[in-house]
Amino acid sequence: MSSSLLAFLVRLATGVRLLHDLPEDGKRRIYFANHSSHLDFMVIWAALPARQRAWTRPVAAAEYWEKGPLRRWLSSRVFNAVLIPRDLARMRHDDPMGTMLAALEEGSDLIVFPEGTRSESGALGPFKPGLHHLASKRPDLVLVPVFLENLSRILPKGELLPLPLMGQAVFGPPLAGPADGESKAAFLDRARDAVLQLSRGQLTPHSDEGS
Amino acid sequence: MKDPELLYLVGGVVAVLLLASLVTRLLIRKSGETPVLVNLRQRVNAWWWMMLIFSSSMALGRGGVFGFYALLSFLALREFITLSPTPRGDHRTLTWVFFLILPLHYLFAWAPWYGMFLIWIPVYAFVFIPIRSALAGDTDRFLERTSRIQWGVLTCVYFLSHLPMLLYLPIPGYEGQNAKLLFFVVLVTQISDVMQYVFGKLFGKTKIAPKVSPSKTREGLLYGGAAATLIGTGLWWATPFTPLAAAAMSALLVAAGFFGGLVMSAVKRSLGAKDWGRGIPGHGGVLDRLDSLLFAGPVFFHITGYYFGTHMASSHAQPAWMKEALRLWMGP
Repeated sequence: MSSSLLAFLVRLATGVRLLHDLPEDGKRRIYFANHSSHLDFMVIWAALPARQRAWTRPVAAAEYWEKGPLRRWLSSRVFNAVLIPRDLARMRHDDPMGTMLAALEEGSDLIVFPEGTRSESGALGPFKPGLHHLASKRPDLVLVPVFLENLSRILPKGELLPLPLMGQAVFGPPLAGPADGESKAAFLDRARDAVLQLSRGQLTPHSDEGS
Repeated sequence: MKDPELLYLVGGVVAVLLLASLVTRLLIRKSGETPVLVNLRQRVNAWWWMMLIFSSSMALGRGGVFGFYALLSFLALREFITLSPTPRGDHRTLTWVFFLILPLHYLFAWAPWYGMFLIWIPVYAFVFIPIRSALAGDTDRFLERTSRIQWGVLTCVYFLSHLPMLLYLPIPGYEGQNAKLLFFVVLVTQISDVMQYVFGKLFGKTKIAPKVSPSKTREGLLYGGAAATLIGTGLWWATPFTPLAAAAMSALLVAAGFFGGLVMSAVKRSLGAKDWGRGIPGHGGVLDRLDSLLFAGPVFFHITGYYFGTHMASSHAQPAWMKEALRLWMGP
């Protein structure tokens, strides 16, 4: 109930439309998108039909979302986030891939941002290999590219108050998993191209490592 | 709002919409759901909703009307800024614009504090906007960015707010009936839009500015404008005007509405879009519907005021309660 209300408010504030027809074929889905704002996963989550929303969990940075009671409450109670450490030392010991695979195993769909961090410039950074790991471990996954429009203007990195501009979440056709003999880099490039194409030129690739 | 003449106006519009719905339904039954007819049905349905919201805001009295236009300004400005590529350096400026400048403007308008209503945006906001953007430190295309925000605030907030301001225009012998004047302006301007569109589709040959707005034709403007002027003249009984003055004011609304639509269309295209948004099914965005009212509102407001020799500045000075509130806050 409260989550339906929140999703409605997010759609109202950002102008994102509710999706209607997602096939319920029992397959697990991974939504992957460009990342420029804290609102990003909320927008994808709010665009999903209520039933799908119930079992869709965002993958987010543990360091950020474990700080403070409000963030903890939001990430654990409201969004039921899968928290992944960014810190290398913690990563070795926490096994982020295992956590994500376990979540999929339990029947959750995931929202991931393969750039790994929010882009400052709005350009699309290189994809981290996590998406490739997941797709090769679970070939049955449906990989859905999503382009998030204008979110970097609504709430850019480092700002507290969102602007009431209109954004959009464009869901693309599923991306085929890694083909036989396709290298990791080639697959990640293909995934990144899928998001770039959905943006129809609004997103520009930037090649140097994002911070 | 217990004015029977206002009810006649609302009733007339309801009758026209009923007819439009009926004709659309018959056409669809005859030729099936063609894209043109589906768009027509969407448009008519949207008209019903717009009419319903517009009329019920009036039923709620002054607060309802000003609240409704504040919301329209907010939605229009939202569409305007969404299409204008404002960079990171404008974020804080725009936060102030949306959450402080706009609500305060409508507060001054509703109060009413006429002097402040006139200068709040052209003086205070326009001084503040470039200052805040300069403080953000981004000098890239500074003048262009500042002008863009200022133009958006000027049209979507300042110009539009002149429509509800019509409620306060002191017209001798017309006291307490100003809601009909607001209804008249919106009705004639919108009917002029519809008539120009219909006559343009039927007889349109000579495009006036094909690059700016391909649907605006000379024939559409002449015949549609004449039809709207006739309808406006026929409504003289609801206005403070004589039939002749009502005809002149209707023609003024047609002209200002036409140019408002033309200019906003040029702005829209310079921003690389066909529609302002997708908020109203069949029409596009809120601004696609309001564009003709943006210029018509302030021009009509001031010419009407001049015609009746009203002195808004002295009759609507800063209200005592606002003076008291400021004194409590700032000390004597």
